[in-house]
Amino acid sequence: MKKYVYIGIVAFLVIVTYPFWSAGKAKKPEPKLDTPEIQKLVEKKCVEPKEFMKREHMKLLNQWRDAALRSGTRVYVNSEGKEFTVSLQNTCMKCHSNKKKFCDECHNYAGVKPYCWDCHIAPKEEEEGQI
Amino acid sequence: MKMNRRDFLKLTGTGTILGLAGLGLFERVTEEAIAAQFSKDVKALNARRWAMIVDLRKFKTEEDYKRIINACHSVHNVPDFGNPKDEIKWLWTDTYEHSFPGQEHEFMPEWLEKMSIPLLCNHCANPPCVRVCPVKATFKSPDGITQQDYHRCIGCRFCMAACPFGARSFNWRDPRPFIKKTNNEFPTRTKGVVEKCNFCTERLAKGLKPACVEESNGALIFGDLMDPDSEVRQVLRKEFTIRRKAELGTQPSVFYIIGGSENV
Amino acid sequence: MFEKALEGSKRYWTWLIILAAISGIGTLYYLKQFQYGLGLTGLSRDVSWGLYIGQFTFLVGVAASAVMVVLPYYLHNYKVFGRITILGEFLAIPSVIMCMLFIFVDMGQPTRILNVLLHPTPRSVLFWDSVVLGGYLFLNLLVGWTVLHAEKKEIAPPKWIKPFIYLSIIWAPSIHTVTAFIYAGLPGRHFWLTAIMAARFLASAFSSGPALLIILAMIIRRYTKFDPGKEAIQALGKIVTYFMLTNVFFMGLELFTAFYSGIPGHQHPFKYLFTGLEGHGRLVPLMWTSAILAIFSLILLVNPSTRKNERALAVAAAAVFISLWLEKGFGLIIGGFVPNPFEKVFEYWPTAPETIITIGVWATGFLILTILYKIATTVKQEVGESAHH
Repeated sequence: MKKYVYIGIVAFLVIVTYPFWSAGKAKKPEPKLDTPEIQKLVEKKCVEPKEFMKREHMKLLNQWRDAALRSGTRVYVNSEGKEFTVSLQNTCMKCHSNKKKFCDECHNYAGVKPYCWDCHIAPKEEEEGQI
Repeated sequence: MKMNRRDFLKLTGTGTILGLAGLGLFERVTEEAIAAQFSKDVKALNARRWAMIVDLRKFKTEEDYKRIINACHSVHNVPDFGNPKDEIKWLWTDTYEHSFPGQEHEFMPEWLEKMSIPLLCNHCANPPCVRVCPVKATFKSPDGITQQDYHRCIGCRFCMAACPFGARSFNWRDPRPFIKKTNNEFPTRTKGVVEKCNFCTERLAKGLKPACVEESNGALIFGDLMDPDSEVRQVLRKEFTIRRKAELGTQPSVFYIIGGSENV
Repeated sequence: MFEKALEGSKRYWTWLIILAAISGIGTLYYLKQFQYGLGLTGLSRDVSWGLYIGQFTFLVGVAASAVMVVLPYYLHNYKVFGRITILGEFLAIPSVIMCMLFIFVDMGQPTRILNVLLHPTPRSVLFWDSVVLGGYLFLNLLVGWTVLHAEKKEIAPPKWIKPFIYLSIIWAPSIHTVTAFIYAGLPGRHFWLTAIMAARFLASAFSSGPALLIILAMIIRRYTKFDPGKEAIQALGKIVTYFMLTNVFFMGLELFTAFYSGIPGHQHPFKYLFTGLEGHGRLVPLMWTSAILAIFSLILLVNPSTRKNERALAVAAAAVFISLWLEKGFGLIIGGFVPNPFEKVFEYWPTAPETIITIGVWATGFLILTILYKIATTVKQEVGESAHH
């Protein structure tokens, strides 16, 4: 009887840790900022500092969503007092027109599937290699 | 300590529940606020209760209806499935008999019997759809617009049962393949959510009147019902207007001036 | 106690495998619906609720099986029901689970189901429905399991369970009332806008739940060594009789108001259901079947000689069940949507995938029911045997 308990425990541990050791060493993605719109900017800055955006963009997007749709406030005043139109489709993606390189690569790496693009229209992108 | 299976299960079960609750609480507490502010565009059009008057005397040809419907449906990426089962519509027309059921009679003039009447969400002041929504996906904004939050909608369709005006449509399937020409400035919807007219809230925010109003050559009058000097109030003071199913107490914000015998 | 479900005859396992297979096929079709969207069903902009919500509405009624045996036993000390309270409670559990599954398969965005908890909205009747259904499920699980467990050990049930039993009795009418309020509080749906909607729900619940219980009790007596008792079945028969009479009476009240008042909007749904409207009448055969079965069941039930005949009583119970299944599962929901708010007739009929998913949910319910009844009857039988020795 005890034997089966130990086998069970081992099997459980194998299954639970499966995602960690099965993934292998995927290359850490580097989001690309090289788009024509970003090149045009004199001061290459997002709505908030890079580190903040990296960590908090999903929360910021949720705030943007509620601000625009639920509160009807569609202008974002950032920590430096600069104003932006609150819109994923028309503000974020205007600069970050390289959704595949900028959004998808990281999201795939992290194994998250945000449902933004079920409704929001992604920018038209050239096929791979032409960027 | 000796423990039987029953007690072990009780203990681990309680532990799991407490752990999950703690995790939820932790997520709540650590949600970070962002030191920034939201405001409105200075050009934005503001009101306490947006309202519309449909002046049917000014609809002369088939084209007059088509123009406003196309304006609405193309700017909002409303799909065209070409069948009544999947149909989605924000602005459409129907006859007098079906728009104002109970108001018709056998001896109506021919022009009234045949007249097309533009129909859309009434943006009721006392909306049953908002009352029934279990997740506040449909809600009243401070300017009187009955809004739909497609991010939150669970697709239960209680609002469709509650709306006495048939103003709401459901995405029975992926709408994207059925949008003829996509407006890249506005999102589409996804399968499984309810949608309807939003009084062009995204245009009002930029200082523009609703798309249908802009295309209507003055047949659709739009303004603040709470402002005594607004155009809608001036017209309402002068003209006889009716609303759809006003007896239900939902207080529709869309008014109709019935007329146009001279058009026939 | 669960171990009782793990050993059984070949017939028991075959039955479970058949149910599991049907449930599996239903799940496969559900995955297809999940992928394609609810367009896979016959629903439309005009008839936006159909078979799924109809089944949900009907099954909320069946869940009343519990209170109809628990109340006489605990409040009136009606000892005869002591043997079958567990059957009532264990029928209520899969009924409520099926209700929840039918709501789930009807959702356009099922992955967002937790929004109901993340954004609780007390002004919505659906919010309260999730509260009362969840509560009723919990109470029946708790009471049923605890009392049966005590019985297995041949001791009296613990004292702390008593308040939960009384709470479950008070709680039961809330599930029918709140479900009726989903419909009865909507302006502009003439067929549903009636003050006696909740009363009608209670009447049909108190007849359809015990009717199914009668049939199940007879099946149990035939296929297991546990006998729920002739007297208990007869008492259930009387309950079904009175509430089925009330049911038909309430329907008569609705017809009187609609047709004597002469208000067209109130008449149209009845006309659509029973005679067809503007040349459309897909539901007419179903509705007449329901009406005829209702009358037929009452002839058997009211007459004492047929009611006391167990075979006739079984036929009457089946007639009640099918009649109310047609009335609540089809007529009530679809009649609310036809004619539509424009007074136009646009019809609905379930599609094949929709029907298969529905059958799949029923199979899941019966799977749970079988397992629960296996446990209950085995415990009852063992206790009975040890008492004899």
